[in-house]
Amino acid sequence: MQYTLNTPLTKDKLRNLKAGDYVCLSGTIYSARDAAHLRMHQALAESEALPIPLSDAAIYYMGPTPARDSHPLGSAGPTTSSRMDKYTPELLDLGVSAVIGKGRRADYITDSLVKNHGVYFAAVGGAGALLSQCITESNVIAYEDLGTEAVRQLTVKDFPMVVIIDSSGNNLYDEVYSKIPPELLE
Amino acid sequence: MENLRIIHTETIRETVKQLFCDANYFLTEDMRQAICQAEASETSDLGRKILGDMQDNLRIAGEQLIPICQDTGMAVVFLEIGQDVHISSGDLTEAVNQGVREAYTEGYLRKSVVSDPLLRTNTNDNTPAVIHMKIVPGTQITIHAAPKGFGSENMSRLFMLKPADGLEGVKKAILSTALNAGPNACPPFVIGVGIGGDFEKAAILSKFALAREAGSHSDKPHIARLETELLESINRSGIGPAGLGGRNTALAVHIETYPTHIAGLPVAVNMCCHVCRHRTAVI
Repeated sequence: MQYTLNTPLTKDKLRNLKAGDYVCLSGTIYSARDAAHLRMHQALAESEALPIPLSDAAIYYMGPTPARDSHPLGSAGPTTSSRMDKYTPELLDLGVSAVIGKGRRADYITDSLVKNHGVYFAAVGGAGALLSQCITESNVIAYEDLGTEAVRQLTVKDFPMVVIIDSSGNNLYDEVYSKIPPELLE
Repeated sequence: MENLRIIHTETIRETVKQLFCDANYFLTEDMRQAICQAEASETSDLGRKILGDMQDNLRIAGEQLIPICQDTGMAVVFLEIGQDVHISSGDLTEAVNQGVREAYTEGYLRKSVVSDPLLRTNTNDNTPAVIHMKIVPGTQITIHAAPKGFGSENMSRLFMLKPADGLEGVKKAILSTALNAGPNACPPFVIGVGIGGDFEKAAILSKFALAREAGSHSDKPHIARLETELLESINRSGIGPAGLGGRNTALAVHIETYPTHIAGLPVAVNMCCHVCRHRTAVI
């Protein structure tokens, strides 16, 4: 099914989404990847405040190319989510409701999403120019010294994503993998 | 000193800069064709949509000068230097790095390199490049620029097989690497394979194989057959575009070989995504 959704992605908005659904998202999301997740993890360990308001937040694993002319940012496609697996459950426990990236994730991420009624979405990997067209505003809000890995607040309009893991734990990648002919896996 | 040709490092710097800019904004025609043909042959509705998005992406990238993918890669450069060339006015390695530096700073490309793998401070100019040099006969320098994104690079593998593992062992190594990569390496893939040599030779062969024209075959019949069989097997997996299901999981498998030790059968599998970037210039 196809849906048009606006942030905040509250649990009741995410409840009916199923693995394989196509979603166009508008509103505010936050970009953070490897280095920013490490810093946030360290901040949590030190009981320091985080730069992102976590409640019902959507985090997009992305580090853009520099903005040219009057564009808000450059190419902005997803990075591989599994590198952020280690830091994701604690963010989901603290209120993050949606994570956006690409690629397979550890099983414990599914457990954490189910526990917290969250959803994992994928944006099309490699479609950085196309996806940048759906980002109308971009502001660095933390860790500016990290350059492309700084935390950004992004305004998105009709940002296209596919539900990979829904809040019931169904996983689209697992479904695709279950159909691989067995003789290819020997 | 007959036939000695002088090439200035300035020319090398400028050529490297241009190649990395072009590579990140425009895919070569062979890759564009391969993606277009994949869309035409795709049976999954979602798969066809994804391949359509990928082509829209290429168009927008070229029209608006936004890099095709935000991972503008670590700069990999292959240089074939004619042995009758004298390189003047500076250090060759520095000239290549300066070209990369200028491409990535002036060309609005991402700075994705850290100076130490453990300390991880960004170098802020995407240098140093990974440079492979070879001396060849003649008076020219051929420069291959191949920016490499790490989504796919991280799914690459190297196997030190036993000779007894044979052809079946080789197929299994390549197939298992591709299936394990799945959505992480942004399919449909281009897969570069190096078979033979030693540990690092196999790896370098596999990276060089990625820069071949998409879908081109080895001139060794038994290797060309292997390339075709593997492409067919990988596409039978149904992993599809972006790993969301479909018949286009790989666009091409390119295999390079080299003689090897009597006790060895190294197989290096360098995964590349559908944004397989390579540009060549001859000076």
